[in-house]
Amino acid sequence: MLADRDRIFTNLYGGEDWSLAAARRRGDWEGTRELILKGRDFIVGAIKDSGLRGRGGAGFPTGLKWSFMPKESDKPSYLVVNADESEPGTCKDRDILRNDPHKLIEGCLLAAAGMGAGSGYIYIRGEFYNEARRLEAAIEEAYAAGLLGQNACGSGFDFSLYLHRGAGAYICGEETGLLESLEGKKGMPRLKPPFPAAVGLYGCPTTVNNVETIAVVPTILRRGASWFAALGRPRNTGTKIFCLSGHVNEPCNVEEEMGIPLRELIEKHAGGVRGGWDNLLAVIPGGSSVPVLPKSICEEVLMDFDSLAAVKSGLGTAAVIVMDKSTDIVKAIARLSKFYKHESCGQCTPCREGTGWLWRVMERMVKGEAEEEEIDALLAVSYEIEGHTICALGDAAAWPVQGLIRHFRPEMERRIKERRGSAAGARRAA
Amino acid sequence: MPKLSIDGREVEVPAGVTVMQACQSIGIEIPHFCFHERLAIAGNCRMCLVEMQKSPKPIASCAMPAADGMVIFTDSPKAKAARHGVMEFLLINHPLDCPICDQGGECDLQDEAMAYGFDRGRYVDAKRAVSDKEFGPLIATHMTRCIHCTRCIRFLTDVAGVEELGATGRGEEMEIGTFVERALGSELSGNIIDLCPVGALTSKPYAFLARSWELGKTESIDVLDAVGSNIRLDARGQRVMRVLPRLNEEVNEEWISDKTRFAVDGLSRGRLDRPYVRRGERLYEVGWRDVLDLLAQRLKAVPGERIAAIAGDLCDAESIFALKELMKGLGAFDLDCRQDGAKLDARQRAGYLFNTSIAGIDKADLCLLIAANPRFEAPIINARLRKRFLAGGFRVGAIGAAFETTYPVENLGAGGEALALLAAGEHAWAKALRQAKNAMIVLGQRALARPDGAAVLAAAKRMAEDFALVREDWNGFNILHKAAARVGALDLGFVPPEGGRDVAAILEGCRRGAIEVLYLLGADEIETKDLGSAFVVYQGHHGDRGAERADVILPGAAYTEKDGTYVNTEGRVQRARRAVFPPGEAREDWAILRALSAALGAPLPFDTLSALRALMIEAHPRLEESECLEPAPWGAFGVEGALSPDPFAIPTEDFYSSDPISRASPTMAECRRVFGMGSPPARTGTHG
Repeated sequence: MLADRDRIFTNLYGGEDWSLAAARRRGDWEGTRELILKGRDFIVGAIKDSGLRGRGGAGFPTGLKWSFMPKESDKPSYLVVNADESEPGTCKDRDILRNDPHKLIEGCLLAAAGMGAGSGYIYIRGEFYNEARRLEAAIEEAYAAGLLGQNACGSGFDFSLYLHRGAGAYICGEETGLLESLEGKKGMPRLKPPFPAAVGLYGCPTTVNNVETIAVVPTILRRGASWFAALGRPRNTGTKIFCLSGHVNEPCNVEEEMGIPLRELIEKHAGGVRGGWDNLLAVIPGGSSVPVLPKSICEEVLMDFDSLAAVKSGLGTAAVIVMDKSTDIVKAIARLSKFYKHESCGQCTPCREGTGWLWRVMERMVKGEAEEEEIDALLAVSYEIEGHTICALGDAAAWPVQGLIRHFRPEMERRIKERRGSAAGARRAA
Repeated sequence: MPKLSIDGREVEVPAGVTVMQACQSIGIEIPHFCFHERLAIAGNCRMCLVEMQKSPKPIASCAMPAADGMVIFTDSPKAKAARHGVMEFLLINHPLDCPICDQGGECDLQDEAMAYGFDRGRYVDAKRAVSDKEFGPLIATHMTRCIHCTRCIRFLTDVAGVEELGATGRGEEMEIGTFVERALGSELSGNIIDLCPVGALTSKPYAFLARSWELGKTESIDVLDAVGSNIRLDARGQRVMRVLPRLNEEVNEEWISDKTRFAVDGLSRGRLDRPYVRRGERLYEVGWRDVLDLLAQRLKAVPGERIAAIAGDLCDAESIFALKELMKGLGAFDLDCRQDGAKLDARQRAGYLFNTSIAGIDKADLCLLIAANPRFEAPIINARLRKRFLAGGFRVGAIGAAFETTYPVENLGAGGEALALLAAGEHAWAKALRQAKNAMIVLGQRALARPDGAAVLAAAKRMAEDFALVREDWNGFNILHKAAARVGALDLGFVPPEGGRDVAAILEGCRRGAIEVLYLLGADEIETKDLGSAFVVYQGHHGDRGAERADVILPGAAYTEKDGTYVNTEGRVQRARRAVFPPGEAREDWAILRALSAALGAPLPFDTLSALRALMIEAHPRLEESECLEPAPWGAFGVEGALSPDPFAIPTEDFYSSDPISRASPTMAECRRVFGMGSPPARTGTHG
C-alpha cells in the first residue's frame, strides 16, 4: 500500500483549499524556476528515467513522446492537455482539476519547458463547467503571481496557457480529434502519420498529454526520477489514481502504487464488493473500453499495464468498474455497445457501420433473440472492426464485446436456448 | 528514392508517393473509394488496407507515404480479411437497388463487391434509410446509398472553392448535406456526380434515361466555352444522352463545367431540321435543291462588295475556312468572327491567345485580371487559378467591377484610369507586378469590346513588355476567350481586310443598304432586329437570334454531329468527333457550303472533309492537330490610344445562356431560374 509520504495528489479529496496559497503550502510551485533552468534535456531525461507512461489509457512512455518534439523548428510548438475525460467509469482528472489545479498548471509549464512549447492549451470536457471555472481561476492566479506568461517564474522562459471548453463529444478525447476540435472543426480523428509531434495543432509540432500525466511531472522532477521509478513494477512505475465504481461498498478515487493487486485495491479502498468478494461477477479494470475480467482472473491480477495486457485486458484509464452477481452482464456490455455506436464520429467505415451492427446484435443477445452461430459472427465482426480504423474508438467498441464472449459465452448461449425453449412452449400451449 | 518490397517484388519509387501509388506503379491495383488523386487524402473508407511488416495493424495504403525498407503485402490473409471486412460493412447499410440505380454498370462499389464481397449477408437487422437532399436542378441525391467517402465534400471545398457541403451528425447518423437546404452554388458541381463512387449523387436531367452499357461513346471536344475541355459524348441512337469529362492534364484535368455537362439537352430542342425560305412574314419549308438554287440566284445577282459574312462562336474551323473560300469566290471580303465587337488583332497570334497556357498557371505567382471573371467565362481555368492559389504564394488583382470568385481578389480599380495608372507604373500594384517572377495578365473580352478596345489591348501589351512578362521562358500575356470558334477563326484570318467592314460596320451597312446579302454562319450573338432590307442567310443548328430574321435558313450540324477542328483560348488545336447524325434534313456545315458553291457554278476544290482539312492545313499550317503547344511569337498588335475611364463590365449574367444550345436547354433554363442569373431572387429548396 502506498505510503502517505509517496503520495503525489495530497489534496485529491479537496480537504484543503485549491488556491495558489494552499497549493504552495503543499509544496507546489517550489523551485519551479530552478527546474526550468536545468534545461530541456534534464526535464525530458528525468521523465524518461522515471518510466512514466501516459495516464490517458494507451500507456505510451511520456519521456519518449516528448523527445519527438523538434529541437529546432521555424514553427511554434504547442503543448495540449487532454482534459476531455469522458471514458465511462473514469473520474480521476476531474478531481485533479477541481482540487489540485496548480499541480496541472505547474506541470504544463515544466512540460512546455521540456519540449520547447511557447503555448499550451487545456482542452476541457464541456460538461466540466465548475471545473473549468476553477481551473480558469487557478490559471489567472498563476498569471497574476508571475508563474505563467512572459518570463514565467522568473526563469526567462515565456509560456502562455489557455483553457478551451469542448462540447461533450467522446471522440474529442482522441488526441487528433481533440486537435481538430480545438481548431474549430468537427472532431474527427486525423490520419497518422504524420503524428502530432510533426504536424499537430495548426500544422505545428504538438504534444498531447493527459491531465494526470502532466500533473505528476512537477513532483517527479522535484523528488527525482529514481524515486518514481522505485514505485510499482518494472516498466509500470510510479503511482496512479484508480477510480473504483460500481458494486462496491465505498466507491472512490484513490492514488495507489502501480501493480497493486486488484483484490487488494477493491477491499482496502472501496470497502469490498457489495455482498462480499464471493458475490463478485466481473470487473472492467480500465474504463469501459477494455475487456471485462471474470472473478477467477480478478483474484490474482495486478493493476498495471503489462499484467492486465497479459490477461487480454488493459489498464486503460484505471477506472475499475465492479459488477456483482446481480448484474445482467450481457445487458451491461450491450449498453457499452450503444455508447460506442452513439459516439463513433462516422468518419471511417468499420467503426461507423460496425458499432451499430455490434449494438443491434448485442441488444438481441440480451433477450436471447439470436442463433448460437451469431455469437461467432458477432466475434468475427468485432475483429473486423478492431485495428482497421483511423483511431482507437473502433478497438474500444470491439474489446468489451470480445471480453464478454471470451468469458461469458455460456451465459449468452443459455439465453438463446431459453428463449427458444419458451417460444416452443408457447407454440405448444397454443 | 525509397526502395520497398511489395508482395516480394523490389520497387523503387520517387520520394513522396504513397504506398498505393507504389503498388500501382508495378500494376497492383488496390481497391479504394475515398481516395482520389486530385483531392485531399481522407483515408476514411479503409478499403485500401494492406499489411505492412512490423506494423500490428494493417495500414491505409492511400495515406501512408512509401518509405525505404517497407515490406508490404497486398494479398496476404490479413490484408484480404481487412478488405472483406470493410466491404461487408459498406454493404450492410447499402440498399440492394442496383437494378434501379443510375450508377449501375459504372459503380465502384458494385465492381469492388464482385471482387471482395461475400455471396450472402450476415447482417439481419434493419438497414439505415436516409432522407434525400435537394442539391438544385443538376444533382439528384439518393442518400441511402451514400458510403460517406466525402469525395464530394472535398471536391467542392478544395477544387470548386465553395464550402457548401459538409457532414452533419456522427456515427451511423452522419449525413452529407448542405445543412440549410439549398442548390449547390458552383459551376463545377456536376463533377461530384463523377466523383461519387456509388449512386448517391447522380445526374438529375439524365435520371433513368439510359444504362451505361447501352451508350455509344465518342471522344470529343466541348465548344460551349473557349477552354476546349476534353469530353466524352455518350449517345444512344440519335441522341446524346450525357457528356462526361475526359482526362487531359494540360486542359481540363478531369473536370468539366456544368454548362459543358448539362447543356446537351438543348441539342434536341429548337433545332433547325430542314431548309426554310421566307415569303412575306412566314417561313416555308423547302427542299435542299430549291433552296440552294434560290440562294445561288440571289448571290449571283449581287456584286461581291455588297455581300458580307459573320461566323458564329460555335463554328468549326473547317466550315469557317469553307465559308471564307466561298466568299472569296464571290468577291466578298467583309468577313468577321468577332460578334461581340472585341478589337482583337488577327495580325499577331500572341495578341489573341492565352499565352501562359492553362497548365502554365501552375507556375505563375501573380495574376492580374482585366475585365475578366474566369469563374463564369471559363470555370475550368478558374479552377486552375484556385488550385494555384491553394498551393500558396499567389496574388490575384482585378481591374473592373468587383466580383466574387473562389480565391481572394484585390480590386485595383474599376476602369481605364486604373489600367492607365498601372501601365504607367504609378499604381501601387506596379511594384508587385515588377517583383513577381512569373506574372500573368488576363484580358477579358469585355475589355476589348468597347470603343477603346484596341487601346486597352495596346496598353496591356505595353504593360506586358514593360514589366517583363514576355520572356524566352515565360509569356504572361493572356486573352481569355469565351467563344470556342474565335481563335480558330482568327487563325484563319476571318476578319475584314484593312479598311473593310467589321461586325458593327456590316450591321450598319445592312441598315443603310450598302450590304445586300448577309451570310450568318451560326452567328447568334449579334443584334438582328434591324438589318434593313438585307437578304439574310442563316446557316446553323438552332432557331435562335440569327434564324429569327433570316430570309433563308440552311440547317446545319451542332458540335456533336460533325467532325471538326477547334482551337481553344490557348491556341491548342483539337478535333471534335461526330457522335450522332444531324436531325432531319440538316447537314454538316462544310457540306452545305460545298453544295452551295456547286449551285453557284464554282465548286470549291474539295469533295470530302479530309480533302477540305488538307487544304485548310496547307493554307494555315498551325491548324494541324498537335499534342503540344507552340509558343506564339511576340510582335506588334493593338492601337495605342486614350483609355476611357468608364468601368469595365464583368460578365456574370449569361453563364447558363451564353449560346444557342444553352438557351434551348431546359436544364440550363432551370439553372437560370434557380441561380437567379439576371432575374429576381433565387429560389432554393427551403422555398418549399
